[in-house]
Amino acid sequence: NAASVLFLIYVVLAGQVLICRNYKGDVDMAEIDHFMPLLMQHEEEGLVSPVISHGSVHFLWIKHSNLYLVATTNKNSNASLVYSFLYKIVEVFTEYFKELEEESIQDNFVVVYELLDELMDFGFPQTTDSKILQEYITQEGAKLEVAKSKVPTTVTNAVSWRSEGIKYKKNEVFIDVIESINVLVNANGSVMSSDIVGSIKLKTMLSGMPELRLGLNDRVLFALTGRDKGKTVVMEDVKFHQCVRLSRFESDRTISFIPPDGESELMSYRINTHVKPLIWIESVIEKFSHSRVEIMVKAKGQFKKQSVANNVEVRVPVPSDADSPKFKTSTGNAKYVPEKNLVVWTIKSFPGGKEFLMRAHFGLPSVENDEAEGKPPITVKFEIPYFTVSGIQVRYMKIIEKSGYQALPWVRYITQSGDYQLRTNV
Amino acid sequence: MQEWANQLCESRQFGSKMTDSKYFTTTKKGEIFELKAELNSDKKEKKKEAVKKVIASMTVGKDVSALFPDVVNCMQTDNLELKKLVYLYLMNYAKSQPDMAIMAVNTFVKDCEDPNPLIRALAVRTMGCIRVDKITEYLCEPLRKCLKDEDPYVRKTAAVCVAKLHDINAQLVEDQGFLDTLKDLISDSNPMVVANAVAALSEIAESHPNSNLMDLNPQTINKLLTALNECTEWGQIFILDCLANYTPRDDRESQSICERVTPRLSHANSAVVLSAVKVLMKFMEMLPKDLDYYGTLLKKLAPPLVTLLSAEPELQYVALRNINLIVQRRPEILKHEMKVFFVKYNDPIYVKLEKLDIMIRLASQANIAQVLAELKEYATEVDVDFVRKAVRAIGRCAIKVEQSAERCVSTLLDLIQTKVNYVVQEAIVVIKDIFRKYPNKYESVIATLCENLDSLDEPEARAAMIWIVGEYAERIDNADELLESFLEGFHDESTQVQLQLLTAIVKLFLKKPTETQELVQQVLSLATQDSDNPDLRDRGYIYWRLLSTDPVAAKEVVLAEKPLISEETDLIEPTLLEELICHIGTLASVYHKPPSAFVEGSRGVQHKRLPGSTGLGESLESPDTGSAAGGSDAPPAVIPSQGDLLGDLLNLDLTPPATTGPPPPPTSGMQLGAMDLLGGGLDSLLGGDLGGSSAMGAGFGAAPAASPASFSAPVSGGLDDLFDLGGGVGMPMGAYNPPKTVWLPAMKGKGLEISGTFARRAGIIQMEMTLINKAMSVMTDFAIQFNRNSFGIAPAGPLQVLTPLSPNQTIEVALPLNTVGPVMKMDPLNNLQVAVKNNIDVFYFSCQYPISVLFVEDGKMERQVFLATWKDIPNDNESQFQIKDCHLNSDAASSKLQGSNIFTIAKRTVDGQDMLYQSMKLTNSIWVLAELRVQAGNPTYTISLKCRAPEVSQCVFQTYEAVLKN
Repeated sequence: NAASVLFLIYVVLAGQVLICRNYKGDVDMAEIDHFMPLLMQHEEEGLVSPVISHGSVHFLWIKHSNLYLVATTNKNSNASLVYSFLYKIVEVFTEYFKELEEESIQDNFVVVYELLDELMDFGFPQTTDSKILQEYITQEGAKLEVAKSKVPTTVTNAVSWRSEGIKYKKNEVFIDVIESINVLVNANGSVMSSDIVGSIKLKTMLSGMPELRLGLNDRVLFALTGRDKGKTVVMEDVKFHQCVRLSRFESDRTISFIPPDGESELMSYRINTHVKPLIWIESVIEKFSHSRVEIMVKAKGQFKKQSVANNVEVRVPVPSDADSPKFKTSTGNAKYVPEKNLVVWTIKSFPGGKEFLMRAHFGLPSVENDEAEGKPPITVKFEIPYFTVSGIQVRYMKIIEKSGYQALPWVRYITQSGDYQLRTNV
Repeated sequence: MQEWANQLCESRQFGSKMTDSKYFTTTKKGEIFELKAELNSDKKEKKKEAVKKVIASMTVGKDVSALFPDVVNCMQTDNLELKKLVYLYLMNYAKSQPDMAIMAVNTFVKDCEDPNPLIRALAVRTMGCIRVDKITEYLCEPLRKCLKDEDPYVRKTAAVCVAKLHDINAQLVEDQGFLDTLKDLISDSNPMVVANAVAALSEIAESHPNSNLMDLNPQTINKLLTALNECTEWGQIFILDCLANYTPRDDRESQSICERVTPRLSHANSAVVLSAVKVLMKFMEMLPKDLDYYGTLLKKLAPPLVTLLSAEPELQYVALRNINLIVQRRPEILKHEMKVFFVKYNDPIYVKLEKLDIMIRLASQANIAQVLAELKEYATEVDVDFVRKAVRAIGRCAIKVEQSAERCVSTLLDLIQTKVNYVVQEAIVVIKDIFRKYPNKYESVIATLCENLDSLDEPEARAAMIWIVGEYAERIDNADELLESFLEGFHDESTQVQLQLLTAIVKLFLKKPTETQELVQQVLSLATQDSDNPDLRDRGYIYWRLLSTDPVAAKEVVLAEKPLISEETDLIEPTLLEELICHIGTLASVYHKPPSAFVEGSRGVQHKRLPGSTGLGESLESPDTGSAAGGSDAPPAVIPSQGDLLGDLLNLDLTPPATTGPPPPPTSGMQLGAMDLLGGGLDSLLGGDLGGSSAMGAGFGAAPAASPASFSAPVSGGLDDLFDLGGGVGMPMGAYNPPKTVWLPAMKGKGLEISGTFARRAGIIQMEMTLINKAMSVMTDFAIQFNRNSFGIAPAGPLQVLTPLSPNQTIEVALPLNTVGPVMKMDPLNNLQVAVKNNIDVFYFSCQYPISVLFVEDGKMERQVFLATWKDIPNDNESQFQIKDCHLNSDAASSKLQGSNIFTIAKRTVDGQDMLYQSMKLTNSIWVLAELRVQAGNPTYTISLKCRAPEVSQCVFQTYEAVLKN
């Protein structure tokens, strides 16, 4: 069992309830009045937690822009289900109203109530696929009376993510393989941890109910089938969209599925192999109290010469009371972003093997800010197209539909920065 | 208003873009009238607009219940949107207008037969949300039809409706055979229907802890596993959570279920993954360790657990809390994954703290260098809680990984050099623990520690420093000066520091008697004469007596070699850990507490246990029978967490080894209060051999004063004062709770003495007991049960006596109670028969609870209702009592009674006589009305009680008497 009552609270100082739905009637609606004061108290004490309890009532909450989504329960509820569900609500409402915010809720409160009714029943999440929901809950209810007066069979089908009767003139599927590099480097330059999180996204424009099979250069698959040609990749962990037949993958590593229409994330994977940080940063930050900060940053592209990293951003933290910035760069632009206490050095195009330099100089006030500041790391953002750092490849995408049409798969590769942090000494 | 509505319609006709927000426009007086008119309009569109306005008002919290009949009139419409809005309104207000809710029944019945399945489902879904008992029976027929509906959308909705109905009227659901229909739905062809049926049955089973409602057998399990592959992600969670409650017959069945559940570990939804982990962790217990599959499974669990750390922060938090449990139960799963728990700068604080905790658990010789480098990095951050925890973590690493101790100590010294106040204090606390683990190894750092003495302002740090000074007094030249400096503000120190100072000075005295005689006299006098703290006095007297009777023995006792502290701290007690593993993913796993600790009314709910790898029967036994042995690997021994460690440390000096000899002979009445007490003892000590040779060991047994019972008499206040520590603490003002009385004398309890009382604290009834072990052997495995009683009082959880009760040990236990147990009328009405079990025997006794513990907090009746009820109750039900010798005025009496939830509704004064009208409500919703007459100057009160159940009057009167006279 999950939430007993679900509230959307919007935050002006007092924390007013914007809309709520009592699913089980076992928690007093007035309990929510305790939520904001408790949350603020915890924030003051620096002990924020995603679960707050008041007497026998527990509040499980997430924050989305200026809204708090709060589920309350007085049972031993499945907490991971509750949080997953809260995030799902954000997803569904965002797809319905573009933005989930105070205004969009008020402007659409009738639909919001209808959705809340369909998303969960008596604390059990029900249909949460927004594409399917849109088939029978629409924003212009009055006009489409006929269209939505029937339950789409999809709702209760085993294939609950794709409707029947979809038609495209040209049948195509676009596959994006996106790899994000997570790196944590210590101040002395040693790599503490690094991994690759990959994601395969689909944009499916296919008619009917197509059966798809995706082939990757997966080492386990190759070992199973006795093939050992070419480079293979070891995926440490794989996560699939609801549409993929998990037992089939478990038994013979085949990725087979009927895809959702339009855009979706088919799978994600994690690779543990140690990768050289693609953009290496060396920094010297010297802080002379009451006078100045001097920053020198060297960035080096540690990837193939033929590749180019685009939109590279090196974000270097500076003290909050720094002033009068001066920059010198060997390429690109450096900018001071005072509201974030950062210098952002942007390099539009960064070829592999190259090395660039940035120097910054800041003044410090003679009376120093005595509030202790943390030691934020240097972070880096970049994208390298036409290349995956792990070497993963889409070997084939088979598309079979009973009408027998020919469909084309298009594949794109990109490597980008994920959580890319380099600690500094200052 | 009318004009505004017209404009509204016009603007709609012109097709301008309008949104629902217009309905939120502030309303004026008389609006309800206008809405009423609009709701009854002939125009469909106008009606719908009006209903929307009503719902908008409802959303912003206005009371629009007055429109109930008008809104219900709009229910019969073929406009789906309008119908949904009306239903929404009904769900909100039906409970407050139960009589009018019946008006809606016909439409529900009709809608349940509508050709459109959306409408049928909508009706059955809403029906169940109308929590009005009166109308439920009308809904049975429509529900029965919907459970067999041809459309799966209707069936899946009807399945949930059974759970809703059960929540309102369980008996009705059973009588109507809905439970069987629900069980049949487990075999439904549609996976979503199966999933909802499973969810509904699980929910219902929760309130029937002992029924075999789910009837899980290999056939149903097979059906569930098949549906698992086909249903939505949420359905998968319902099914996995249900599977986790099943106990496979043997290891083969266990393996085959595991094999079919493992693919779920690849689901994108973290909640599916965690529920699958729960099933696997549980069923794994049954697999033989030498099985290849067992190893394979272990390997399969690590990657998905690690991936959970890339989920949203709240889900990460749940995952980390669970990983914390998993690492304790099966450390081998994640032993190579240390790096993924390294803290990132942008992690939320709750994630940081959890990661840190897991890092310490995974620390080993293989990874300690990396871990230490990380911890040092964290210790220079700015978030105080995080930094403190990081410093503590360094100390724990030192204790856990011996090879790293030296490096840890030098890291801690580096941190002390930073002079950041809280870092220094934290470091000193952990260095004390390191000294305990590696005595006589790192004293070279003491000098550095002493330099920071002045900056210590936290009790824990002060106590730790004092301990260090006392323990190494012989190597610190100015130990006496240091300790003396603390003594100046003795009374302003916390108990922790006072106790530690007392012990440290006694140690110092035993090591350097010549220079410190005055100091020890001073501290003993401060502790025994000027302190109100029985704990401190107690310890002071013991030292005093010990020093005065047998200084050699004192040395043996006080300076005895301490047992080393063990490696792991903060481990969860093994049976609790087993239970929590069964609750992976739930709030219990987040709080690290059993559900019974935070869910009201989880009476008699079985504490979940892991299935044993050998005898299955064991795990099915009642929860009271000790620990069902889990896997064959012995879980590490548990030692108390940091806080307790110090307490442990302090007591250490005093607790004689658990030798079982004859009880010490009572010593002659000594004048403990006298100042010259030390006289003789001191001389002999000073004259004696201070070398501490082993020959003196003989004197040890002759230190009878260490046995508390023997010297209690001369001390003011006696036993109670010294040992009844819990008695006066934490009593909220107002509520009167009777003092403890002996319920089970030691004679009858084979050495176990139980005294107790009942109290109502913050709305929770508690049975508060003092257990004393007067036998000579250790008592363990406590459990408690009640016989049926008049108000269904039952324990809300197991009796929590976590540590074994050693001879002469006293323990205070508070057992929360609820009132949902079986009911049987007792004589007297408030009699309770109790059975307490321990490893020795089962003991029975009866006790009586003051009926006031059953008075609920919302027992204040409305004036009007009070008047009507008073008239309504026949005069035969009225009883009169007199309370003599009561000298309170009526206001004082009223506020005193209010503390026990007896509420004064009105007061009238006629001819100098005050009449208080009062009400109270029992947990079983029986109301008692009272009229209390107080005449100025007359110590006799007259009280009249009226109640529909007059048998309670006698008990209520007793409560009045007890409250007013105490």
